[in-house]
Amino acid sequence: MGRYIVRRLLIAIPTLIAISFVMYAILALAPIDPLSQFGADPRIPPEAREHIRHALGLDQPWPIRYVKWVTAMAQGDFGVSFMSHSSVSDLIWQRLPNTLWVVGVAYIVSVVVALPAGVISAVRRNAALDHVISTLAYAGFSFPTFFTGLVLILIFSIHFHWLTFLYDSNLQVHDIPSFIAELKQAIMPIAVLGLFDAAILTRYTRASMLENLPLDYVRTAHSKGLRESVVVISHVLRNSLIPVVTLIALGVPAVFGGAIVTEQIFHVPGIGALLVDSIGTGDTPVVAAVVMIFAVLQVLFNLFADVCYAVLDPRIKYS
Amino acid sequence: MTTAQVELSGSIAVDALSRPARSLWGDAWYTFTRDKLALAGLFTLTFIVLAVLFGPLIWPHTISDIDFKASLQGPSLDHPMGTDDLGRDLLARVLYGGRVSIAVGITAVLVSITLGTAIGAFAGYFSKLDNPLMRLTDLFLSLPVLPLLLVLVYLFRDTLTRTIGPVVGIFVMIVGVISILNWMPVARLVRASFLSLRQREFVEAARCVGSSDARIIFRHILPNALSPVLVAATIGVGGAILTESTLSFLGLGFPPDTPTWGRLLYDSQQYLEFAPHWPLFPGLCIFVVVLAVNYIGDGLRDALDPRRKI
Repeated sequence: MGRYIVRRLLIAIPTLIAISFVMYAILALAPIDPLSQFGADPRIPPEAREHIRHALGLDQPWPIRYVKWVTAMAQGDFGVSFMSHSSVSDLIWQRLPNTLWVVGVAYIVSVVVALPAGVISAVRRNAALDHVISTLAYAGFSFPTFFTGLVLILIFSIHFHWLTFLYDSNLQVHDIPSFIAELKQAIMPIAVLGLFDAAILTRYTRASMLENLPLDYVRTAHSKGLRESVVVISHVLRNSLIPVVTLIALGVPAVFGGAIVTEQIFHVPGIGALLVDSIGTGDTPVVAAVVMIFAVLQVLFNLFADVCYAVLDPRIKYS
Repeated sequence: MTTAQVELSGSIAVDALSRPARSLWGDAWYTFTRDKLALAGLFTLTFIVLAVLFGPLIWPHTISDIDFKASLQGPSLDHPMGTDDLGRDLLARVLYGGRVSIAVGITAVLVSITLGTAIGAFAGYFSKLDNPLMRLTDLFLSLPVLPLLLVLVYLFRDTLTRTIGPVVGIFVMIVGVISILNWMPVARLVRASFLSLRQREFVEAARCVGSSDARIIFRHILPNALSPVLVAATIGVGGAILTESTLSFLGLGFPPDTPTWGRLLYDSQQYLEFAPHWPLFPGLCIFVVVLAVNYIGDGLRDALDPRRKI
């Protein structure tokens, strides 16, 4: 078991290096000059532009730049932003808490909603409640998050004037009114992300429960005279959760991806919005760093999902 | 009496013999048509596809008729979906946008399915290729899809627009990036089917009579491995339409004068307070198409899975 985890960790490192290489190569070979916005300004003479290129190290061949970038990043130095001239890691540290707060709460909400919904839907299969839950789940993940966001804004901000749709990142939470204000501005992004994930997780939970319900051990538990709730919760649910927990872990990077869209709609200053802004301004160091953070998250949670699977299911032997 | 009975049983026997053989696809269609949701999805999707194909030919307004007197109007008889900030008819734009969105969805899925099937078939059939190809699949599976899509679109948009033209260039690029980042699940499905099918007796028999590898792959194994691919393809169309809309919504899709469903939503953002009807119809179109596609995919899965039949 321990050896399996160590081996899985060791595979993750070359994967990350490969991803960083692919990404850097794409950025370096792309036909866009990172200095194009300086180039568009006629007041900058060509010699000065060359000087800037030299100062930023852009005149070196890209494989050399890649090695420098990777070694610097491994030490926590993400470079300097072309646009704001501040350190990229500062920019990211400013933005990351906003994203983590919205994404984290959204994911917890989705799990809290999805598990009971999936269980009820599977246990009462083909009953009216199951049809309602299944239809909602289907609708939930066919609804594009950006459309859900706009609809929520239309209803709660424009029609009822209950909530603001401009996120204020300067808001400090120090007492109850400010906490309520924070909740009021975060509730729509959280709802949009959370409902989308809840829909997907509900379907997985239901499918997994349905696979386990007709098995022999369930009949044995029933014939021992156990109560329905005990059979469902401590027998069927425990076994059904193994694939679901894996899927919960695998879904985390997708939620961060979804955060890109939600942050754009609600103007949440998170790292997703940072990525879209930096792409718009051609700020290559920031783009590279943010994409790399997404890649690290993806690899980490894939790893976490595999390890969860190994820990939760003792029937699987890893050698 | 006896003769009549003999005749009767004889006619039953003849009936049984003359009844057309039930094929896999005939069976699948039979099961599929019993699934009300899947059928409803199929009808809805057919209706929308026909509407976006022929609608722009019939509908009197075009996507570029500017009428400032009628800007930001709600739905009316003349403009059933209202108008945008320049007074352009939104129904015309939604119909035209549907063409683009659905075309992107279908093309992207065709390309990614072909790519995934090819890689999966090679990995599953030739054991030497299995490990390297599957490591490649794992690498692609650990790429962050949406951030990379944004970066790729941003980097290659201008070059492709200049070389092939604004609309075709963006179309090729969006289809390309969606396919490159979405072939992996299909490759895994196809590889798994190939691994189990290549051990079967009929493949051995084919090899014994001297069939070439290509013939075994295309004539014998591939047809047996196709049904999960078909399901994945159907559901993939919905995913690709969502991805294209997301890109357009973030302003990284088609140029502003080409309406797509996502682009219409992106444009509507500034006018939410004055024109709440604007995002409603394109958004509902995306929702309905994706929902229909998902229901069809689920119906197909049930219909094509022989284990579910009793």
